[in-house]
Amino acid sequence: MNKTVQTILTYMIIILFVIISIYPILRVLTISLRPGDNLLNESLRIIPENATFQNYVKLFTEKPFLLWIRNSLLITFVVTITGVVLASTAGYAFSRFRFPGRKAGLLSLLVTQMFPATMLLLPLYIMIAKLNLVNSFTGLVIMYSASALPFCIWLMKGYYDTIPTSLEESAKIDGASKILAFWKIILPLAAPALVITALFSFMTAWNEYIVAAQILWYEDMFTIPLGLKSLQGNMTTEWGMYASAALIISIPVIILFLSLSKWLVSGLTLGSVKE
Amino acid sequence: MAEVVLKGVEKFYDNGFHAVKKVDIVAEDKEFVILVGPSGCGKTTTLRMIAGLETISDGEIYIGEKLVNDVLPKDRDIAMVFQNYALYPHMTVYENMAFALKLRKYKKDIIDKIVHESAQLLEIEDLLDRKPKQLSGGQRQRVALGRAIVRKPKVFLFDEPLSNLDAKLRVQMRAEIIKLHKKLDTTIIYVTHDQVEAMTMADKMVVMKDGVVHQIDAPLEIYNNPVNLFVAGFIGSPAINLIEGKILEKDGELYFSDGEITFEIPSRKELKNYVGKIVVLGIRPEDIYDAKFNQMAEKPQNIEAVCEVVEPMGNEFIVFLKTKNAKITARFDPKHSPSIDKKIKISLDTNKIHIFEKENGNKI
Repeated sequence: MNKTVQTILTYMIIILFVIISIYPILRVLTISLRPGDNLLNESLRIIPENATFQNYVKLFTEKPFLLWIRNSLLITFVVTITGVVLASTAGYAFSRFRFPGRKAGLLSLLVTQMFPATMLLLPLYIMIAKLNLVNSFTGLVIMYSASALPFCIWLMKGYYDTIPTSLEESAKIDGASKILAFWKIILPLAAPALVITALFSFMTAWNEYIVAAQILWYEDMFTIPLGLKSLQGNMTTEWGMYASAALIISIPVIILFLSLSKWLVSGLTLGSVKE
Repeated sequence: MAEVVLKGVEKFYDNGFHAVKKVDIVAEDKEFVILVGPSGCGKTTTLRMIAGLETISDGEIYIGEKLVNDVLPKDRDIAMVFQNYALYPHMTVYENMAFALKLRKYKKDIIDKIVHESAQLLEIEDLLDRKPKQLSGGQRQRVALGRAIVRKPKVFLFDEPLSNLDAKLRVQMRAEIIKLHKKLDTTIIYVTHDQVEAMTMADKMVVMKDGVVHQIDAPLEIYNNPVNLFVAGFIGSPAINLIEGKILEKDGELYFSDGEITFEIPSRKELKNYVGKIVVLGIRPEDIYDAKFNQMAEKPQNIEAVCEVVEPMGNEFIVFLKTKNAKITARFDPKHSPSIDKKIKISLDTNKIHIFEKENGNKI
């Protein structure tokens, strides 16, 4: 096939997919900017007539939106830190050490991934209730960490497996202890995997609705997804506010992905050893 | 500076594999000792036990008269160069070399001085700011050496350091390591599977197979007097010719016969016990001559063989010959190129032959 034709075709396909993925977001943007009386307008204009920020203002003044953001940030932060700390160390142990129960441990972590989260909801809820952690952030953090960790541990373990052990051995001979060799040599090299672990933990907590809906009952403890849902009343749904809130909560995710993207390059170990 | 002594060292792996069997090695102070053997012979495991990266199942290892069985690698005062270099990829060459010194809490200006001195010695001063992935194989190898020498350890351990380099670079680095050994004046224990490397570099060579040490001696001594069939076959390229046959006695003289070719051999006393028994005769390719040009004074033993292949090397010809029962490789002077598929007469220098027992392979 002619090369130009091929390029044009490739671009057409890419543009098509960009449109498919970006259209709903633009639609949400439009709705968030419409004044209250104009919600069901069928116009396709991105910036509507009489565009207004009144929905955004209302969100911050009439609803405890800032509180929800704070709650979500707090929980997400703790879950992410827990995820990174535990997954990086547990993954290292699974990758480097041979101990009784290693295989069984890895396998049972994998098995937990085979059940949908909703199926685990009841047993987890009972556990949280027995621990008296209903209506507490601690309970939610435990639930989120428990669901994010198995994947993260496997991810970290897999990445450590690709880092040659001779690097640690070399560090040991150079005078480093096991922990120092891990901290100074292995962890910096595992940065791409750490970033993915952090992102995964973050996403687990930031967007989650079902679990949070079971654990948190009071409006002042709501996380953003819960808060969003509360905008949906029995009689009416405030679509304008809903849309503006949806846009606002996606901003941290976008910022996170953009700022971490340079870490998502693989091949950091390239050149350390001869393959 | 220190000697390294291994006394009855054993290694069993968790799966029961007996990797190293009762190994006794003494590396004198400032000696260049090379462990050589085919892959899986236990040489790397032995080296890793000296380094402290592998536990010792039994026996004792001394570095400079200190028993180090339970001493951590960092406290053994050793440096190791790994087969894959094991450079820290996220650090520059300078940081790689300074890492060990930093951990030992050297002052900054002293670290700087030592790193620059070592870099100068290895001619890598202009690479100090680069990361390992920006270096060529040879340069990485130098950096790995540099990282080892900055600490001025008692003993250097090398684990097949040249096996990842191309042939030309390998020859060059070989010479550099020999030079480095002279300059540093320390004990080196070096592992390789390449017998040429071992022959050219070692003061003392340790030939291993299946976890057992077969012979320890100077390279030429091992080449000229291999203790058994394995050592004879492993050391030397092209390999020694091994011919199975019987020892016969006639009129007080001893003869070797493989059923077709028969020739007289020096009648040593030990050989007389083997008259009529099957043995293996070894003769190195350079001890076989084209009979036409043979200048051996005493009793040249001539046999006939068909020339199958000739490999012209420039400085010599490797000639592959065939008799009815045996294949023989010979090294001829390039002036004496035989024609292929022709029967020629060859002379064997029987003073240089080795005779081995067939059952256990030991030299008679």
